[in-house]
Amino acid sequence: MRRFSAFNVVSLTLGFAFLYLPMIILVIYSFNASKLVTVWAGFSTKWYGELMRNEAFLDAALVTLKVAVMTSTLATVLGTCAAYVLVRIHRFPGRTLFSGMIYAPLVMPDVILGLSLLLLFIGVNIDRGILTIVLAHTTFAMCYVSVVVSSRLVAFDQSLEEAALDLGATPFQTFRLVTLPIIAPAVISGWLLAFTLSLDDLVIASFTAGPSSTTLPMKIFSAVRLGVSPEINALSTIMIGIVTVGVITASLMSKRAAVQRLKEEQTAERS
Amino acid sequence: MRRAILIAIPYVWLLVLFLIPFVIVIKISLSDTALARPPYFPQWDWSLGWQGIKDFFRELDFENFVFLTTDSLYWKAYLSSVKIAVISTLLTLLVGFPIAYGMARAPEEWRPTLMMLVILPFWTSFLIRVYSWMGILSQGGLLNSLLLSLGIISEPLIILNTDIAVYIGITYTYLPFMILPVYAALEKLDGSLLEAAEDLGCSRTSAFWLVTLPLSKQGVIAGCFLVFIPAMGEFVIPSLLGGSQTLMIGKVLYEEFFSNRDWPVASAVAVVLLLILVIPIVLFQRNEQKQREAEG
Repeated sequence: MRRFSAFNVVSLTLGFAFLYLPMIILVIYSFNASKLVTVWAGFSTKWYGELMRNEAFLDAALVTLKVAVMTSTLATVLGTCAAYVLVRIHRFPGRTLFSGMIYAPLVMPDVILGLSLLLLFIGVNIDRGILTIVLAHTTFAMCYVSVVVSSRLVAFDQSLEEAALDLGATPFQTFRLVTLPIIAPAVISGWLLAFTLSLDDLVIASFTAGPSSTTLPMKIFSAVRLGVSPEINALSTIMIGIVTVGVITASLMSKRAAVQRLKEEQTAERS
Repeated sequence: MRRAILIAIPYVWLLVLFLIPFVIVIKISLSDTALARPPYFPQWDWSLGWQGIKDFFRELDFENFVFLTTDSLYWKAYLSSVKIAVISTLLTLLVGFPIAYGMARAPEEWRPTLMMLVILPFWTSFLIRVYSWMGILSQGGLLNSLLLSLGIISEPLIILNTDIAVYIGITYTYLPFMILPVYAALEKLDGSLLEAAEDLGCSRTSAFWLVTLPLSKQGVIAGCFLVFIPAMGEFVIPSLLGGSQTLMIGKVLYEEFFSNRDWPVASAVAVVLLLILVIPIVLFQRNEQKQREAEG
């Protein structure tokens, strides 16, 4: 049984303080009655009220959510396909190029991805708007999905698939009834990852958005360029709250699923 | 047949939306700036047939790349991006290593919780995490008021809108990318090796330098690349936390495109940035491969 040593307690406390204090301060100051950052003028929720009445922010939030839902769904389908191709099909023409195109967007700076996609959209003359943002986001998000899904595909026992095929299932049935349930946790985390990536992106959206499709990060960026604003603090608090609840729920659920699986395995062994 | 469709769907998607756009960037980087819509020359003209294509290629040249070397703004921006990325990567390592070490040494039942605490900031908006430092670092901000009231300084420090704020911003936002690979390497480390070193007369500190550090090398290298590569092309952090004198190439590219509307030069800036990044990317992939081979 290992215990915390004094050095580890200090380094972890300082480290996590560094990671969390800025966000905690942001949350506290979103309830500040004063507009100034340093002056505490009492508890107030007025900035949340202002935020709710700010149509521009609400519109931008709606655009962002639409883009994120479409992106993550499309990226999950495409990324899962790509992962399956990468892990299961070893020979086809242009395989090296394909795996290169999957990994390259992961390390490509946002400014370059954004610029190149904008030049394409202008070249083929598509009107810029929600559609073009979705196309752009899907392109890089699918690569992240495929990395997450392929690590799960590599790990699982392929003889299960072979057994299904031997027993007369078609390849599609095998995928639907055997492969998909096994990789489902990875597919779900891929979807969530794509969703947050899309929600979070500023640079690529700024390049590919049209005049009527401002996303929330673009709105926040242009507001905070002018300095700290209590409304943005309130908005940040809401977003931090949603993510915190989401991550904690997800980790509790996966913990419970692991315990459940362990129990089932033990029962199976006993019988 | 089904297999061909399965391959074709993601393949065509990436060809059309990743590779072709990139070819377009290279093409425009070789074109000339023009006062037209779109603002570059030559345009692809199908109606002229073969002759048009030949004329088109004759018009392309490396003028923009020559321009990048003559105007000091650009090479200064590249150099200062490398400088900022290197310093921030080292800072991230300095802050991240003790955290990863502490996590790997923590009691087993604590580790999933600590892991979740490291990943949680990664899911919150990048923009908000950068923004959270604006209120802390500004001249009338929290850090200055704290230091003033404690009597440590007599005049407020100017941190926001300087390179120091950019270092802090990069270190803060990319910290999870450093902690996770280093933690993964340290966690695998066999504790009996340290015991053996101590039994053989090594002090704790020298056991750290002689055993722990060399065995976590691969994780440290991976973490450094994961911070350095995106930091090089960073745009949000220098524009929010940096000052007007903070030169970073991502910001230069953005302004070249949106403010100056000089598409050919912006494209040339992008091509050169990518050429610079190819070196660390290849080194990173080699490191990953070595790690996989060592495990497999």
